[in-house]
Amino acid sequence: MNLLSQTVRLVEEGGAAPVVSPDTGAGGVFDLLWLVIALPLLGAFLLLAVAPFLQGSLKAAADKHGHLVGTAMSTLSFVLSLVLFVALLGRGAEERQIGQHLWTWFETGSLSVGMDLLYDQLAALFLLLITGVGSLIHVYAIGYMEHDERRRRFFGYLNLFVAAMLTLILSANFVGLFLGWEGVGLASYLLIGFWQHKPSAAAAAKKAFVINRVGDIGLSLAIALMFATFGTADFAGVSERAGDASQDTLTALGLLLLLGACGKSAQVPLQAWLLDAMEGPTPVSALIHAATMVTAGVYLVVRANFIFELAPIAQTAVVVVATVTLLWGAVLGCAKDDIKKALAGSTMSQIGYMMLAAGLGPVGYPFAIFHLLTHGFFKANMFLGAGSVMHGMNDDVDMRHYGGLNKAMPVTFLTFAMGYLAIIGFPGFSGFWSKDRIIETALADNLVVGLLAVLGAGITAFYMTRLMLMTFLTEKRWAKDVHPHESPKVMTVPLMVLAALSVLGGVLLLGDWIVTWLEPVTGHAEHHEPPLPALVITLIITAVVAIGVATAWFLVGKRDVPREAPQEVSFATRAARADLYGDAINDAVVVRPGASLVGGLATFDRVGVDGVVEGGSAGIGGLSTTMRRLQNGFVRSYALSVLAGALLVVLALLAVNFA
Amino acid sequence: MIEFVKPSVDYFELWPLLLVFGVACLGVVVEAFAPRAVRYITQVVLALAGLVGALVGVVLVAQDVTTYDDGAARGILAVGGTIAVDGPSLFIWGLVLALAIGGVLLFAERHLDGGMSAFAGQASAVPGTDAETAAVAANREHTEVYPLMMFAVFGMMLFPAANDLLTMFVGLEVLSLPLYLLSGLARRRRLLSQEAALKYFLLGAFSSGFFLYGAALLYGYAGSMDFARINEAVRNDVGSSSLLLIGTGLLSVGLLFKVGAVPFQAWTPDVYQGAPTPVTAFMAAGTKVAAFGAIMRLFYVALGADRWSWQPMMWIIAILSMFVGAALAITQNDIKRLLAYSSVAHTGFILTGVLGLQASDQLAPGEITSVQAVLFYLTTYGFATIGAFAVVSLVRDAGGETTAIERWAGLGKESPVVAAVFAFFLLAMAGIPLTSGFVGKLAVFSVALAAGAWPVVVAAVLASIVAAFLYIKVIKVMYFDEPVGDGPKVAYPSVLTATTIAVGAAVTLVLGVVPGPVLDLAAVAGEFIR
Repeated sequence: MNLLSQTVRLVEEGGAAPVVSPDTGAGGVFDLLWLVIALPLLGAFLLLAVAPFLQGSLKAAADKHGHLVGTAMSTLSFVLSLVLFVALLGRGAEERQIGQHLWTWFETGSLSVGMDLLYDQLAALFLLLITGVGSLIHVYAIGYMEHDERRRRFFGYLNLFVAAMLTLILSANFVGLFLGWEGVGLASYLLIGFWQHKPSAAAAAKKAFVINRVGDIGLSLAIALMFATFGTADFAGVSERAGDASQDTLTALGLLLLLGACGKSAQVPLQAWLLDAMEGPTPVSALIHAATMVTAGVYLVVRANFIFELAPIAQTAVVVVATVTLLWGAVLGCAKDDIKKALAGSTMSQIGYMMLAAGLGPVGYPFAIFHLLTHGFFKANMFLGAGSVMHGMNDDVDMRHYGGLNKAMPVTFLTFAMGYLAIIGFPGFSGFWSKDRIIETALADNLVVGLLAVLGAGITAFYMTRLMLMTFLTEKRWAKDVHPHESPKVMTVPLMVLAALSVLGGVLLLGDWIVTWLEPVTGHAEHHEPPLPALVITLIITAVVAIGVATAWFLVGKRDVPREAPQEVSFATRAARADLYGDAINDAVVVRPGASLVGGLATFDRVGVDGVVEGGSAGIGGLSTTMRRLQNGFVRSYALSVLAGALLVVLALLAVNFA
Repeated sequence: MIEFVKPSVDYFELWPLLLVFGVACLGVVVEAFAPRAVRYITQVVLALAGLVGALVGVVLVAQDVTTYDDGAARGILAVGGTIAVDGPSLFIWGLVLALAIGGVLLFAERHLDGGMSAFAGQASAVPGTDAETAAVAANREHTEVYPLMMFAVFGMMLFPAANDLLTMFVGLEVLSLPLYLLSGLARRRRLLSQEAALKYFLLGAFSSGFFLYGAALLYGYAGSMDFARINEAVRNDVGSSSLLLIGTGLLSVGLLFKVGAVPFQAWTPDVYQGAPTPVTAFMAAGTKVAAFGAIMRLFYVALGADRWSWQPMMWIIAILSMFVGAALAITQNDIKRLLAYSSVAHTGFILTGVLGLQASDQLAPGEITSVQAVLFYLTTYGFATIGAFAVVSLVRDAGGETTAIERWAGLGKESPVVAAVFAFFLLAMAGIPLTSGFVGKLAVFSVALAAGAWPVVVAAVLASIVAAFLYIKVIKVMYFDEPVGDGPKVAYPSVLTATTIAVGAAVTLVLGVVPGPVLDLAAVAGEFIR
């Protein structure tokens, strides 16, 4: 145990990004760290790999009670996370980086990648969020998926996701992080497409997977570049040697990591998959596409602070992407009538806020994580609330068919209202504290970005109020055979817990606790004075939010909401309904050129190579005759292509050497 | 007048090679003298015993060889310097033998097609004639396939170990000729199979011509067939460099044809599709391993000093192979053709590792050598490929194997185990973490990056995205699509095929989770003898 090496060393000049140097000999309860991942993994294994092979009554029992196993594993993992957190609190601020070496993944020569875990202040908060909110969502899903015959499999996938997400967070190197990163991608693919009988669900799953792969290019290239530059991908090694790399390399690393983050966190330009991903069952939307997985990009940027601190260009890119996304998502949220898609737009926008904070450097990192946590609470709360509403409305998602649900579903209404007040930043609620701090920091850094963030807060207030009014207030617009009812206890209790957290999440900021707590990970921040006193800024933000709420009240609450979406709308509304043409842009820039390239190659293969033959063979009967002619033609043209290839090779050699 | 000196044969170091050759010859004798009833069992036992014995021999020799001439390499030059028994040779020998054992097991499978093997009853009978019907009725089968395969294995061992151009050419031919024949022996869809064999033969002969012409030009340049002497000539810059360049180009045509690199890939889909599936499995895995061994030896040992002139050409070929392979695979609707194009893409990935040319004395911390990366990739690729094709042989309908992809819809319901194993192989080919494919790709990419070939690496990462899409598409068909008609049937295999699949899957998983030992083994293999 080397106590000297674990003291936090600060890079002398500039960035002040702390070096990661975990203590691997902590012992005690920390030796159980691996169990946090192993428990849900065991659950997934039992439910997905063992249960299908059981026979007779055992199989029936597995199908009937499998969900309890899944929930128990997730809850045990949460309890363990809590114990670990308390143990971590008991250590001094300098001793809170705990490492655990599981096994050497591959080691050869001087290249070594270990299955190592890193448990520090940042990971501790994520662990609590993932296992805590995850367990609540498991409980909720018991009720939500009650009538689905594949419920056991669903819980297996959920456990698989939790295990992968925990791997992502606990890994002590970028390769392990990548493993978790791909794992959550796979689980997300399986869960979006869970109702695979719906073609839209299968298509959405595929879309999410493909767009995420684009982001993965960034992450995998970044890892390769790290190996090439530093000879390692450990957080410890990279953070120690980051200062030695050239500026260009660091900028490239930062931009590549940002590309990865954009894919996973649905940031512009890789945002198009998130709204479609709402095809998955609602607990999935709450867990993966609101509270945890989509925030992995924010985690990546904060974790790689030792790179971003030294790459100002990449940091600026983060801020730009984040600002565009927070407005983009907010605009989408205004136009969607599908309650889940409106919430998804809002998720995009809120992650934009987190990214914005993460792009501002050490001042912003704690607030990025703070907002990530509070958002995890209130957004999971609202998604589960939306699920509860859908449950009562025969799975209808169109808010134009809702209205007046506050009487029919009082618990859902009240808990949802807590989430609503938190997200718009009503003073005192958790979202108020976290968003306020981000905007303040942004204003101190760059006036334009700060003002756009304020504008985003106003739009957020507008679309959330619209959603609230259309769903719970305004007059009933229910379909004939719909009889809304409150959901069972197993669904409403998680809602209440999450509602309480949405209200009280702000306590993390008491005495700047979260800032001090994370400082050893994210580095000490020079405090910049904002252009105006903090209180004035808060008042301005609150006023803008009030304007947003009032606008929604006058445009939606005071008028009749038609059951059918009006078609004669402004250009802006049409654009927002079409996801600001995100798909059209993807289509024009990537899909169509790609498709024509593939088509062209295939055509060349068919026409250029086979065409000679097919033309000749037409009209000649008899299989063997056709085959003989086919053979002649094929080989001749194949041989021709070999000859052409030989010419190409020789010419390429000569050209290189005599040019 | 050159005096002929009788070379001394180092029997101990060469005995794995000689054992395989001896067993092949013995197999021919068995064919001639053993009664028909016992031939099958005799041949299978003989082939397996020969391969296992040779594998043991490789291990013994590997433990015995010492450092060569104070250099970086270990091993000896045998038979007058024509065969190099060094670390990479031994690694490839071991790999080829292991894959060949899997191949014999697949060849011997008789449970899938009503008690018959995958090979024709009487290859000389014209399809659809009485002679063929009679052969089928008499339950005949060709047991010559085992000695043929052993000859091919012998060629696959000689090819990468050859240390001069003529021996390399002999290795190339010995490995190819039996494979041409084996491709034409399918029991079902014989016309397709015969067509494939003839195409493979004609094009193979054509490309051999290029190789031979290139060898002649290189001899004209260096005055020797020997790799070390050619290397010396290149270093001293003797003679006309156009002879060297054109010779290099023509030799590469012959070699790149064997690995199915673009633009020499045209034969792969037809041959992979037409050949009996066990042959495809063995050929796809074994040929690629052997030919990449030969490519590395030729380009590293003989032409290493001239790397600046051939590297750009390799860059182009690698990028083309990855993209054309991945893109064309997307539009395929036959699973064997799809795997063929995917093997073209893999050729590109392996070339990415080859072109780095990182030797052990130029390594920075955290880097590995090109030879090590390529050998590891070949191991991952070999086992995933033989396993995947073995799975293909299980999915059948009334007309034999169903290789049309749309007929695979609903396989996930019909047989969850088979679908899951196949999906696992596909994920490995796509390079998903915790499969061997991920570590293999990481290895070749980092080698290429360390050598400064970053444009190729960027292209490779992009191509692997395209390829991932393609593998996911097949997985989607198996699990999410509604079955057409009755849906696919899965034939229950005997222990032979099951073993091959299980070993392939186990290696693919183990190399993904703990690749360390094999990476170490590849590192111990070290360098070529120069």
